[in-house]
Amino acid sequence: MADAPHILEMRNITKRFPGVLALDDVSMRVRAGEIHAICGENGAGKSTLMKVLSGVYAYGTYEGDIVYRSEVQHFRDIRQSEAAGIVIIHQELALIPELSIVENIFLGNEPRRFGVINWAEAHRRAIDLLARVGLSDDPDTQVKNIGVGKQQLVEIAKALNKDVKLLILDEPTAALNENDSQHLLDLLRGLKGRGITSIMISHKLNEIEAIADSITIIRDGRTIETLDVTAGGVDEDRIIRGMVGRVLENRFPAHDGSSIGEVFFEVRDWTVQHPLTAERLVCKSENFTVRRGEVVGFAGLMGAGRTELAMSIFGRSYGTFLEGTIVMDGEEIRLPNVSAAIKHGIAYVSEDRKALGLNLLDDIKRSTVSAKLSKISTAGVVDDLEEHKVAEEYRRELRVKTPTVDEGVSKLSGGNQQKVVLAKWMFTDPELLILDEPTRGIDVGAKTEIYTIIRQLAERGVGIILISSELPELLGVSDRIYTIFEGAITAELPVAAADPETLMRGMTSNPHARKKEVA
Amino acid sequence: MTNGTVTNGTVTTAAPAPAKKSGGIRDLGKMFGGGQSTLRQFGILIALIVIIVVFQILTDGRTLQPGNVINILNGNTYVLILAIGMVMVIIAGHIDLSVGSVAAFTGIVVAIALNRWQWPVPAAILLGLVVGLVIGAWQGWWVAYVGVPAFIVTLAGMLIFRGANQFVGNSTTEPVPDAFTWLGGGYIPDFGGGPFSNGTLVLGGIVALALIVQEVLLRRRQKRIGAERAPVWVSALKLVLLVAVVVAATLLFASGRPGTSFPIPGIIVAVLVIVYSFVTGNTVIGRHIYAVGGNWHAAELSGVKIKRVNFFVMMNMSLLAALAGMVFVSRSIASGPGDGQGWELDAIAAVFIGGAAVSGGIGTVIGSIVGALIIAVLNNGLQLLGVSSDRVQIIKGFVLLIAVGIDVLSKRSGGRSLIARFRRPGGDLGPEPSPATAAIINRPDIAPGASGAEASSRPPSTTPN
Repeated sequence: MADAPHILEMRNITKRFPGVLALDDVSMRVRAGEIHAICGENGAGKSTLMKVLSGVYAYGTYEGDIVYRSEVQHFRDIRQSEAAGIVIIHQELALIPELSIVENIFLGNEPRRFGVINWAEAHRRAIDLLARVGLSDDPDTQVKNIGVGKQQLVEIAKALNKDVKLLILDEPTAALNENDSQHLLDLLRGLKGRGITSIMISHKLNEIEAIADSITIIRDGRTIETLDVTAGGVDEDRIIRGMVGRVLENRFPAHDGSSIGEVFFEVRDWTVQHPLTAERLVCKSENFTVRRGEVVGFAGLMGAGRTELAMSIFGRSYGTFLEGTIVMDGEEIRLPNVSAAIKHGIAYVSEDRKALGLNLLDDIKRSTVSAKLSKISTAGVVDDLEEHKVAEEYRRELRVKTPTVDEGVSKLSGGNQQKVVLAKWMFTDPELLILDEPTRGIDVGAKTEIYTIIRQLAERGVGIILISSELPELLGVSDRIYTIFEGAITAELPVAAADPETLMRGMTSNPHARKKEVA
Repeated sequence: MTNGTVTNGTVTTAAPAPAKKSGGIRDLGKMFGGGQSTLRQFGILIALIVIIVVFQILTDGRTLQPGNVINILNGNTYVLILAIGMVMVIIAGHIDLSVGSVAAFTGIVVAIALNRWQWPVPAAILLGLVVGLVIGAWQGWWVAYVGVPAFIVTLAGMLIFRGANQFVGNSTTEPVPDAFTWLGGGYIPDFGGGPFSNGTLVLGGIVALALIVQEVLLRRRQKRIGAERAPVWVSALKLVLLVAVVVAATLLFASGRPGTSFPIPGIIVAVLVIVYSFVTGNTVIGRHIYAVGGNWHAAELSGVKIKRVNFFVMMNMSLLAALAGMVFVSRSIASGPGDGQGWELDAIAAVFIGGAAVSGGIGTVIGSIVGALIIAVLNNGLQLLGVSSDRVQIIKGFVLLIAVGIDVLSKRSGGRSLIARFRRPGGDLGPEPSPATAAIINRPDIAPGASGAEASSRPPSTTPN
């Protein structure tokens, strides 16, 4: 295997987005017929690299060369890369739920006879393809009626139909239960046996360790190293060291824990079900506490159930509530909807400020007051002068870079938009402020400003939950950290006792759960 | 992994816009409140003025004769009333196709109450409003609490209430007594003599005075709270312009043929415009309507009770449709089986010409009124010129298409208006879908409420991570 020729070589790939260097001189080589894993923290550049490879970012929008099957490729779109045998399966599946399995497999690639779809031929081939991925379902079943695990397999069948030579899977097991994951990994091994090369992005290190032949580690848009698993000596610890090994920069405000008061917010046995899939629990009997003036970090990789936990607490905005209690200031409270949560002094800054945090058609001043209009209105009439005044105060306090609060929020940069979202929730006078990835997609300078704001709020006695997948951020800002993995809290650590390795361990495995052998 | 520093659009290169200096043109912008929608609204207003001037010339001055102006106003009262309700429905991201049928049904019920049951006029009007409220509550319930798209609910309503009109009225025409006709064809009381209608002059004086008092009070409040104020000369210029318009309009309406003065339908529309501009612009419910239309996910996570908002806009629309129906019946002195046909399309066209976005979140009451007036003046002017109705329809169709087309094009460049596009080429926005081109299925009327009243789930597109 080690001597096998390289099917793919990405040389010195550099990809810039306005204001951000996403990939900085990344190189990697994939041998023919191997399973190659790519590891890295959220935002390290893994998905961007795969989008470059599959033509989502067209040739010319990046620097560097893609050498595939000994030729430099110039993919202009995903169709050209597919024609060359490179198929990418995204984390969010690209199947159409209302169509049947066979219709999905041949979508855009229908077997035709005289211009008419030859359904008999399609069925024959579909049954064959499904057998190759280990599915025995009727090809006429609607995709929405099969589970996520089988949908994943249908995606792979679809790829096989395109005569795939290099299969890219982005977090293929993130949404799967253990059985389905196991099945998928087995299938990948089977495909390897037939000479199909796979590149797999995953956060689940135990799976990677079990299945990968090589591992490329990416951090901050750079290739750190490529590990040869077949040569031995690679374990989870080794991977984790590569993923987090960086020096913590001094960009966090100092804090000594003097602002911390007593416990005022407590969540017990919090259990929530996925909104669509009944058998999936997104929160598995979670317990945690928050003290006044304390910043509590929640470390978890994407898909671990961090957002689900936060949103289900915030007025049951996500999933189906099964059981659990919330105790605030010694009394049990019910939060059946968002306005009840706001009334109890809970605020939630969502991870996706454009889709969930802001109305991009609105201006700064209206956005600032939008979560608690009652504060500046009498008998249902908004005092627009007061609104202007309040927005102006927050603009100054949070240093939002804008000529006027009449400006539309869509014209602001990411960091300034995030400050407006923060202002919006500070305006609700929260006692508990939940921040979900508050620095996602914003530049370093703005990040530091946001850390300072978080610490200032804590000084004032606000309890803060900080959800993040950036370990330096969690270690730099939090007083105490919980780790989450697959919907369960796996560890609780005071920040003094936490380091990147221990956190990453809690984020990628559950010591309390039954240890299941993946290999 | 798809997040992080690479998310396109969340990080923009554009430096903060250069600080705008006070004074000159910038201050002029404050004349009508400043803000983003000002330019757009100015554009529509200028279009209306241009159209009026063009027809005034082409018709040798017949367009702005008092009789014709009163005719335009009275003949289009129903569109003006409907446009007010429709813009709120469209801002919230819905549509209402039932308004014509609801108006017709209310019309026949009121006509029967007056004519057969001999109800007094105020009681009949009250009955009509109650009918509108009940129908609105019915449709609002389906849209907000069951989660059926408003397009379907009101398409059903269009059929149901058209049929109900013909069922109740036996598909015949029901006349209304003279006492009722003032609602749609009356004038404000007049007194004394002289070349002008004194009633209209008094009304004009009151309006001009109210404008001045309002501006003074606003400046006083701004001073008290320490808010930024437009320079005095801007306020003064604004007042001079507004008062000039009021004076011109007063003289126009006051100089009609003897016996006419300012029409009652004009009063109704004016009151509705003032009330609903206030509701949409200055109240909590108004803010919530824009919030739901602009981004209902964000609205929901800000504690807005989306279902209540949707219920309110749909109910309010039917209430206004009932009023429009009564005004129309009153003016045409009878309710007939064909009343209100195609009104929904007139109202929707007016709202879109007036700058509203198909995907919701954008639109104003004033803009929609101007949009309705553009259609009205166009109709009237072309008729005065003797253009046949087939060609009038073709022209109206093109006007709608071009008006919305300009809007879409100006947004595609990333800017908010054509003017902004020329000022700062390229724009500095992230990839933001043009509201008018966004798919109709993304509208919020479909998704909320699917999972019961308490537990609201997010659609798959926003599933975390």
